[in-house]
Amino acid sequence: MTIQFNDETFRDDYSFHNSDWAIKRFPFPFHEDSYMYAVNMEQHRGGPEGSVYEKRFDVDEHYVAEMRDRAMVLADDPLRCQSLPHMTLAGWDLLELIMVSKSEDYPDLFELHHDADQWRWVNKPLGIDDTFTFLDETTLPYGPMEYITRQTQGDFCVLDQREENLWMDAGMVTTQADWSLDFDLGMNFFEWHAPVPLAHEMGIFKRALKFLLNIQQGAPARRMNWTMTVNPLLDTSPENYHKWGIQKTTLTPENIGSKQHLRVELQTFFRLPRSNALVFPIRCYLCSFQDLMTMPKWGRRLHRVVRDLPVELATYKGFIDNRPMMLDYLSQFDDGLPTSPGVFPEPETEPPLNKAG
Amino acid sequence: MSAAPQKAKAGAEQINVKVSAVVPLNDLVTRFEFQRTDGQRLPTFSGGAHTVVTMNDDGRTRLNPYSLMSDPTDTSTYAISVRRDDQGRGGSLFMHTRVKVGDEMQITYPVNLFSLDLRAKKHVFFAGGIGITPFMSMIAQLERSNGNWELHYAVRTEALGTYVDELRYKFPNKVHVYYDDQSQSIPLEELLDGQPLGTNAYVCGPKGMIDWIHATAAAAGWPDAQVHSEEFTAPQPGKPFEVRLCKSDKTIQVGESESLLEALEREGVEAPFLCRGGACGQCETDVVSYDGEFIHRDHWLEPEQQAGQKIMPCVSRFVGASLEIDR
Amino acid sequence: MSKFQFPESIKSRPVYGTLEPRVGKFHLMIADAEGAEAILELAAQDSALMAKSHIIFIPNGTDYGDQLKALNPAQYYEGPSYAASVQRIRHVLANAHQGLQVYLTGTEGLMGQAQNEAMQAGIPHTFIQTEHRGSVARRMQCVHCKGITEDVMTDPFVCSHCGLNLFVRDHYSRRLAAYQGVCIDAEDPGNVPEPVELYK
Repeated sequence: MTIQFNDETFRDDYSFHNSDWAIKRFPFPFHEDSYMYAVNMEQHRGGPEGSVYEKRFDVDEHYVAEMRDRAMVLADDPLRCQSLPHMTLAGWDLLELIMVSKSEDYPDLFELHHDADQWRWVNKPLGIDDTFTFLDETTLPYGPMEYITRQTQGDFCVLDQREENLWMDAGMVTTQADWSLDFDLGMNFFEWHAPVPLAHEMGIFKRALKFLLNIQQGAPARRMNWTMTVNPLLDTSPENYHKWGIQKTTLTPENIGSKQHLRVELQTFFRLPRSNALVFPIRCYLCSFQDLMTMPKWGRRLHRVVRDLPVELATYKGFIDNRPMMLDYLSQFDDGLPTSPGVFPEPETEPPLNKAG
Repeated sequence: MSAAPQKAKAGAEQINVKVSAVVPLNDLVTRFEFQRTDGQRLPTFSGGAHTVVTMNDDGRTRLNPYSLMSDPTDTSTYAISVRRDDQGRGGSLFMHTRVKVGDEMQITYPVNLFSLDLRAKKHVFFAGGIGITPFMSMIAQLERSNGNWELHYAVRTEALGTYVDELRYKFPNKVHVYYDDQSQSIPLEELLDGQPLGTNAYVCGPKGMIDWIHATAAAAGWPDAQVHSEEFTAPQPGKPFEVRLCKSDKTIQVGESESLLEALEREGVEAPFLCRGGACGQCETDVVSYDGEFIHRDHWLEPEQQAGQKIMPCVSRFVGASLEIDR
Repeated sequence: MSKFQFPESIKSRPVYGTLEPRVGKFHLMIADAEGAEAILELAAQDSALMAKSHIIFIPNGTDYGDQLKALNPAQYYEGPSYAASVQRIRHVLANAHQGLQVYLTGTEGLMGQAQNEAMQAGIPHTFIQTEHRGSVARRMQCVHCKGITEDVMTDPFVCSHCGLNLFVRDHYSRRLAAYQGVCIDAEDPGNVPEPVELYK
C-alpha cells in the first residue's frame, strides 16, 4: 500500500491529525499499568507487519508535513543542525544507512542507484532526484548528515565513541522534548543526561551506556521514551520555550481531549561502519488523548500510569500543573477492568469501556 | 516496551565466508582472505576493527579474534594475517595447517575496540611484530581522507618483517622500520618530543612494548587519553579446574587448554562475548563464592573487582578448592 | 579565604580541583584575580616549575601582579581583560607541543573560556587542571537568544541581550563555557520571583 501523505501543520492552526491507521499503529509506550525508568532495550529487527517497528526508518502519513516543518525550524534557527568537524565521515555513514534502508524498505517511494562512487537518490514524496559523489561533500547542497536528515522523520544524534563514553558531536534536532542540541553539543552521555532526575541514582545511565557502547554493526537496538505535549507541536525546544510554554496553560476540561497529546519517542541505535560512531535516531509520534481513548486498553492504562507517576517525573516531563485536569479527563475511560500485557491495543479482544460516559 | 522481544545473541552477528586466498608471507605469518559465500558484499568497517573467526577443529570449536587488515572500503574481500604460535592452544596452528582455499568458515561482523580518534591533529602508530595488522586498515582509512600519520614498526629480522616492503614502497616518508637483530630500536623519547598539540599515539604489540609506550608518554607529559593501545590476550593454558554455575545449576570442568568461556559454551551455557581477549567487558561474570586464587588476565576489571567480585571467563582462570559463578 | 566549596550538583556541572605540579615540557598558567593565590601555592610546591612556565594573569582590580612576577616565570603577561588576552592564549596553544601542561584558576568564566581554547587546540578536557578562586559569579548563556551574560550573581537574572527573565540552571556546556539560562515566566508571564544571590 502506498501512503497518503497528510497536508497538515505542527504550528499556528495545528491541523495535524492521525488517521485511523495511524492511531492503530501508534507506538503506545506502556506495556503495563505503571511506569518507571528502565533501560528497556531490545533488538531493532523488524516487528509486526504495519507496526512502527517493522522498518528500519518508519515512514508514515506525516512524512511530507514533518519535513516541511523541519525546513521552517532550520530557516529560523540553523543551529538546530550541527556537526563537529571530525563527524563528517559519520554523516556519510548515516546517509548511506538511510538511503539503503529506505530504498530497500519502501521501493515505491525511494530509489538508490550506484555507479561506483556516483550515487543517484530519488525521493518521490519530496520530489528530489539528486546525483552526487559518495564521500565528496562538494557534490551535495548540505553536509551529508543535514542532507539526509532533512529527508528523514525524527531527530538524529550522531555520537562519537571514545574513552568508554559516547559524545554528542553531531545532530539534527528539531522535534525534541525540550533539550538543546546547540547547548549539549560536545557533551558525553552522562553530561547531556545530567538534568534527568532519579535515573542517575538508579544506575540507569551506567547500564544504558554499557549496552550502547557494545552495539555492533548488523545488530541495531531500540527503546521507547515518552512525555506530554499540549497541541501537536513538534518543535518543543528550549530555544522557543518562551513562545510555546504559555500553550501549556490553555488546557480546559472541554479542550483537553483534542489538545493534550501523548508524545512518544521511538529511539533506535545503529553502529556506523566507517566512523565507528553510533547514530541515535529519536522518532517522535504524537497522538491526542481523545484519539488514544478510542482504544479501551489504552484508556484504562494511561489513566493509571499518569495517576501513579512519581512527582519528580511528572515535573521533569513538564505536566505536573496539568496532571489534575488530565486525571479528571482520563478517569472517565478507566472502569477498573484489568488490561492485557503488552503495548498493542488489541481492539478485537479487549473489552469495551464499561462505564457511563 | 517489547514489541518484538528477541534474545540478545552471544557475540556479534555471523557472516558465512569462503577462503579466497591463503598467502604465506614469511616463516611465521600467513594472510587469509575471505569472500561471502552468498556472493554479496561484506560490510565496510573502520580502521582497527577485528573479526572473530570460528574454526571447526575436529568437532572442537575455536573462536579467535584477528584484526581486519584489508582496506576498509574494499567490500569484496576481508583479509587477516595470522602469526603461527607453536606454544599456543592451537588456533593459529589450525589456521596455518588446515585452512585451504575454498574452505567455508564463519566470521563475525567487524567490531572495533581500537578505533582512530578522528579529532587527532596527527596519528603516530607504534607496531611490534604482528601488531602491524590493525594499522594496515587504519592507514588505508587515513590515506583516503588525507590523514596526517606516521608509522614506527619494530620487527625481529628483515625476514620476519611482515608487510615491510609493501609499506615502504607505498609510503616511503611515513614508514620507519627498526630491526631487533640489528640492534635498532624505536627512539621513543625523541619521537614523542615535539609532536604538535593534539597528536594521538597508538600502539599494538607485546605487552612490554605497550607498557613502555604508555609510561614514556606519561613521563613526557602526554595525556593518557591520547595514547591508545590494543593487546589481545590469547587465553593461556593452565591447570584444569572445577566451577559451580549457580544459575544453570551445573558443575563443570575447565580443561588445561580451554578457557572458562569455552567450557561454558561446550556445556551449552550461553555467555555474551565480543573480543574473547579480556578487553571488551561483555563476558564479565559475578563470582558468588570462592576458596582459592584467581589468575586474572583481562584488561577490563578494576583491581577491587578482581579481588573476588568478578571474573572475565574468556581469559582468566582459577586455582583452588572451589569457585561458584553467576552463570 | 578565596576558596568556595560549591554544593554537589548534576553531572554536567564542572568540578574543580586543586592545582598540582605535573611533569611536562612546558607549563601554561592562566589566572584571574584571586586565582593568583593558587599559582603562588603551586609555585611553592616545585621550585623548578617556573623556569618552564608562562603565566597569563588578569588582575581584575587585584594587586597580585608583583608577587606573580617575583616568581620569575619564563614568561609573564598581565592583561586588562580576558578578551584582551585571548589572542595571546590562542597563539601560545597553536605553537605548543604534546607535553604542555595547562593550569587554570580563578573565576568559572575565566577557567571555562580558557579550557575551551585548550580543548580546541587538542588537549583533552580531563587533562586540564582547574582550581576555583574568588568570585562565584557565573557566565550564563540565554538559551533563547544565545547571548552570553557575564558575571551573573543572582537567580533569576535579566539577559543582557534580549531582556528575558532567566533562571540559572546547573546544566553547563564546555563548548560554550557557560551555564544555561531559561525563561522563568514563560508559563505565567510577568510572574518573576525576587532575585536571590547565588548560593545564599
